[in-house]
Amino acid sequence: MSLDKDYLLQKSKEEILKIFTSEYPLEKIPEFIAEEVSGFGTTQDERAHNFQEFMKILVLQYQQSQEMGIEVSFVEKPFHQWQNLSKDLALLVQEFDLSIKSKVGVNTIDFRLSSLFEWKQDSWKLIHWHGSTPVNVEKDAWHVTEWQKKNDELKQKVEEQTQNLMLKNEQLQKAKEQIEDTLKELKETQDLLIQSEKMASLGELTAGIAHEIQNPLNFVNNFSELSNELLEEIQEEIENKDFDEVKAICQDLKGNLEKINHHGKRADSIVKGMLQHSRASTGQKEWTDLNGLADEYLRLAYHGLRAKDKSFNSELKMDLDPNLPKVEIIAQDFGRVLLNMINNSFYSVNEKKQQLGESFQPVVSVSTKLLDGQIQLKISDNGNGIPEEIRHKIFQPFFTTKETGQGTGLGLSLSYDIIKAHGGTIKVESKIGEGTSILIEISQKKE
Amino acid sequence: MKILVVDDEVDVKTLFEQRFRKEIRSKAVDFVFAFSGKEALQYIDQLNHEAILILSDINMPGMSGLELLKEIKQKELVPKPIVMMISAYGDEQNYNTAKSLGADEFLTKPVDFKLLKEKLQLN
Ligand SMILES: [Mg+2]
Repeated sequence: MSLDKDYLLQKSKEEILKIFTSEYPLEKIPEFIAEEVSGFGTTQDERAHNFQEFMKILVLQYQQSQEMGIEVSFVEKPFHQWQNLSKDLALLVQEFDLSIKSKVGVNTIDFRLSSLFEWKQDSWKLIHWHGSTPVNVEKDAWHVTEWQKKNDELKQKVEEQTQNLMLKNEQLQKAKEQIEDTLKELKETQDLLIQSEKMASLGELTAGIAHEIQNPLNFVNNFSELSNELLEEIQEEIENKDFDEVKAICQDLKGNLEKINHHGKRADSIVKGMLQHSRASTGQKEWTDLNGLADEYLRLAYHGLRAKDKSFNSELKMDLDPNLPKVEIIAQDFGRVLLNMINNSFYSVNEKKQQLGESFQPVVSVSTKLLDGQIQLKISDNGNGIPEEIRHKIFQPFFTTKETGQGTGLGLSLSYDIIKAHGGTIKVESKIGEGTSILIEISQKKE
Repeated sequence: MKILVVDDEVDVKTLFEQRFRKEIRSKAVDFVFAFSGKEALQYIDQLNHEAILILSDINMPGMSGLELLKEIKQKELVPKPIVMMISAYGDEQNYNTAKSLGADEFLTKPVDFKLLKEKLQLN
């Protein structure tokens, strides 16, 4: 029986091949095909889930082969066969060189066919088949190599881009470092400029300082000499027993000592002011007599300019509120603000004097006032005024209307920063041809 | 002798009053003080026709001593006042300007009172 079965399987195999190559009478097909047959052909639409669908494929194939006059021949290659233990299932795995001869020519393809047979009612019937021709890509049926290639290309692209990005990043880093360097250089230049601005104004001050120191020193010398003489007179009057006169001289002596003390302090504060001005700001706030500071810097600025330019002169007006309390400020910084403002005023009136000549009387005034807990400091002049179109620019660094070499353009900008750091405000009022007033306001109370 | 001292330093008044204590007491001199050029001109107008000596600082805010000197010379006062100018030590330029404007004497700071007294013929 088993021999029969093997023989019949061999037979079925051959018949099936004939069926697939359209060489078998259609009406005899059901003998070898199961009702529940399913499978795939080599083309995309060749699929069947039952006998009818299977037959449809075959009918179409038979028609095509007749129309085209197709003759199919094949050379069978070694095949694989398998049966289950109960010998009622058989698997055939075959491969052929399939030659399709038509009117057009011969086409040879590699044809693979797997077919599963079931022993049923004393015959082998096809229950599943799968025909295929291998894709003509060596060892890459699943496009793995292609994908790998694409992947590699992508990887390379990514690498290139990464490289690019890294390069750009490096360039950016370099640019950043360059900017940082430039910034540092700028900061150093700024510090240098601030220092040179300070030194420039110090230069202007030096002559004023020399002059300003001379007067108090003269007084100190004169009043101490006089006091010495007065002491001798006292001795004389004691001998004369004119005690009223002794009393009177003592009174003078006391006055003189007070004057010596006053002028000594005056010289001292001028020297201190100069040293403070040239030194870097300590940033230390101290209780300061703003009136004294204003008076000192107005004189210093005035004499400084006079020393530089003998033809320059201006009336100085001081209207200092005697009730002004001491304020906690960085005196050194505030002095610089005063000096800047006053110097600007002098510059302005001097310019106008040179334009108008004798008929113009320059006046620069400084006033202080306590108003609602606010301390007001006003520096006014009757100079040419600041044109409207540049008024908003005057606090910008490096802005100057002075000729090259005459100003750094930092004075007002530094002043602005200083006042801001004191929590104060700085306002400019100006009328063309009439003059300018700078109003500085700071709170009397600690911030 | 009437002497008008012009200086923006207020303490100059005390200084002169003490330096010339004896002369003031003996009425050898009579000082008046002005603390600006403007004030000085007002005095000069008030003291018209009185023989005076003017002793003026140069470095003063507003009207400087040199401007004051110019004004005084323009007034062509009778009798002509003697004008002595005082300025900072070693100030060639002011000295020359004062000279050319017709200053009679020139003193430098610090004022040597002995010398001044000699010049005023008070010794
Ligand atoms: Mg003076």
